[in-house]
Amino acid sequence: MARRRAVLATVLTLTAAIGLSGCGGGGGAAAGGPVTSLRVLDYYNNEPDRTVYAQALDACGKQNGVTIDREVVPGAALIAKVLQQASSRTLPDVLMLDNPDLQQIAATGALAPISDFGLSTAGYADGVTAASTYQGAVYGLQPVANTIALFYNKDVLAKAGVAPPTTWDELKTAASRLTAGGRYGVAFSAAATYEGTWQFLPFMWTNGGDEKDITTPQVAQALQLWVDLVSSGSASRSVVTWDQADVREQFVAGNTAMMVNGPWQLPVLKQNPNLHYGVVPIPVPRAGQTPVAPLGGETWTIPRTGDPARQAKAAKIVECLNSDASQDELARQRATVPTKTSLDAAFVAQNPEMATFTSAVQGGRARTSELGPDWPKTATKIYTAIQTALTGSAPPPAALRQAQDG
Amino acid sequence: MAEVARLAMPRAEAGPQVAPWWSARRRERLTQLGFLLPAVVYLVAFFGYPVAKNVVMGFQHYTTATFYTGAAPWVGLANYVAVTGSAVFGRAVLNTVLFTVGSIAGQFTIGLAIAVFFHRRFPLSRTLRSLLLLPWLIPLIVSSAVWRWILDEDHGVLNRSLGGAHLGWLTSTSLALLAVVMVNIWIGIPFNTTILYGGLQDIPQELYEAAAMDGATGLRAFRYVTWPLLRPVVTVVLVLGVVYTVKVLDIILGLTNAGPANATQTLATQSYQLSFQRFDFGQGAALGNILIVVSLLFAVGYLRASRRAVHS
Repeated sequence: MARRRAVLATVLTLTAAIGLSGCGGGGGAAAGGPVTSLRVLDYYNNEPDRTVYAQALDACGKQNGVTIDREVVPGAALIAKVLQQASSRTLPDVLMLDNPDLQQIAATGALAPISDFGLSTAGYADGVTAASTYQGAVYGLQPVANTIALFYNKDVLAKAGVAPPTTWDELKTAASRLTAGGRYGVAFSAAATYEGTWQFLPFMWTNGGDEKDITTPQVAQALQLWVDLVSSGSASRSVVTWDQADVREQFVAGNTAMMVNGPWQLPVLKQNPNLHYGVVPIPVPRAGQTPVAPLGGETWTIPRTGDPARQAKAAKIVECLNSDASQDELARQRATVPTKTSLDAAFVAQNPEMATFTSAVQGGRARTSELGPDWPKTATKIYTAIQTALTGSAPPPAALRQAQDG
Repeated sequence: MAEVARLAMPRAEAGPQVAPWWSARRRERLTQLGFLLPAVVYLVAFFGYPVAKNVVMGFQHYTTATFYTGAAPWVGLANYVAVTGSAVFGRAVLNTVLFTVGSIAGQFTIGLAIAVFFHRRFPLSRTLRSLLLLPWLIPLIVSSAVWRWILDEDHGVLNRSLGGAHLGWLTSTSLALLAVVMVNIWIGIPFNTTILYGGLQDIPQELYEAAAMDGATGLRAFRYVTWPLLRPVVTVVLVLGVVYTVKVLDIILGLTNAGPANATQTLATQSYQLSFQRFDFGQGAALGNILIVVSLLFAVGYLRASRRAVHS
């Protein structure tokens, strides 16, 4: 009797286990049946982003009759997690990727083109579309984007009688005039990471430089500008160790009068009521030019999980996150810019301080649009050259050539 | 002849009730293997497999796509050629050597001095000795963040206390490696002190008394009693120190990200960047294998030295 009960218990446990794995795994093509929950993976592990996206995802889930089973990992751990899931065939139904990583992951074949589900990037800013495109097919939809611009301390500039600079020459003069006592004129991130490369791109691109060949005079001139700022003492030598959060701290602490940074710093800046700041586009080489800014932000993709019903539902969630209302809401809550250009006018009207960033996103350029999955290699070369030049190890043209050959 | 007989015997009289393999000796042998099995399984699964996989990876074109498709074309020595031929390689090797030698020399000398100092008992000596463990207990990411503040060029405590000097500890290519070594020494002192202190405790007090009678005190006692008896422990500390130091990653990434301009780039940081930033896992593995070989050489040296110590 006891034995029979044990057998029964075992059978029940096994059935339950199989049932559970059927629900949780979500992968198997044989799963079929109605889709009741979807697995989502993203890296918004800090507030307010974490909650903002929790609400957006839940709302989209409710709208499509599914519950959202969301996993959040730290930004640096996302790609490792995705690769591990790709090899064990346990990719989530909806996957968020940092836009420069999209081509890398799309190249593995793990993502489904969004056209399979009737989605497209019609009406999106060109750079945003390019970032989510790999070999002619679009693999992700990015609801909001960010970029960088020049922040300046209104009080300091007013006191010194300096207008926010618009050209490189004005930037050098302004930075030099604003440097006084323990304060530097300008700060930017020239770290030995992709952040350093990212901050350099608007200077390089606007001057006609191109990542396909970093040994051109156009790239060298842009690098010379940074070298001039540091060697004249208008920017700290520590820029080679600062990430963008460090740069913001310097700005908030009053150690620098201007900084290159992005809109994701706005919530922190607003916590300092005594800090009065303005935002202008990144200065351009010659008056009248339009700055070309790099596009940041995350794109939402649909991995190939092998279950058409789940993938179709996942596409609905991605579509919902990218609806006009959702783009506007996300942009407002996260201090980012809607990627559908038709939404921009109304968005700027309601959020005037986002005007500079919005026009920069419209003309923005994707880091991976030319080199695709090879971008990380060149990005490494660019920050190596920046560091070589800024530390005085070699003048810009030689630093760039060394990095190119390295 | 006897062998044949013994083999033949059981078969000759094998009844169904006496299984020949169920002899007491076999059973004991099986039990022995049974005890070994968990350790062997553990070693193979968690040490053998990763190392073998890493070695194989070093000969493959292993990229992000490999994780999904499983396709990793064999490329022979191409990864090794690319890695050792890159402009950074020479720099990284030199930095690795300087970093390791500098760190070990500093950690060991200071660690030994502190261990000898605490060997004598004095009020609060135990409390102070446990405070010394602090650097060991703080997460490396935290300590590197704190050191970044201390070493900051414009507002750092170090430059302030040097009378407002403007030394670019983390921003100048000539000082950055020194700064990173200094921080790593600070982190390594507790380990050296602890092990060496243990070694000192094992030296019988009578020897010092006998030496004192022969007129050897102070430095001479150290030279003729402490040092010779501490030698086996010293070997352990040094070899383990090298193995721990060649692979240091988090401190360097936390302080300088291997910059400025590759001034603190080591084989370990380069391997990490190749694999996890450039997604070229084949080249990253190739560099990792070179590091493993270096560590292995020291490990073999350690085993030999410790065997000699046991024999002597």
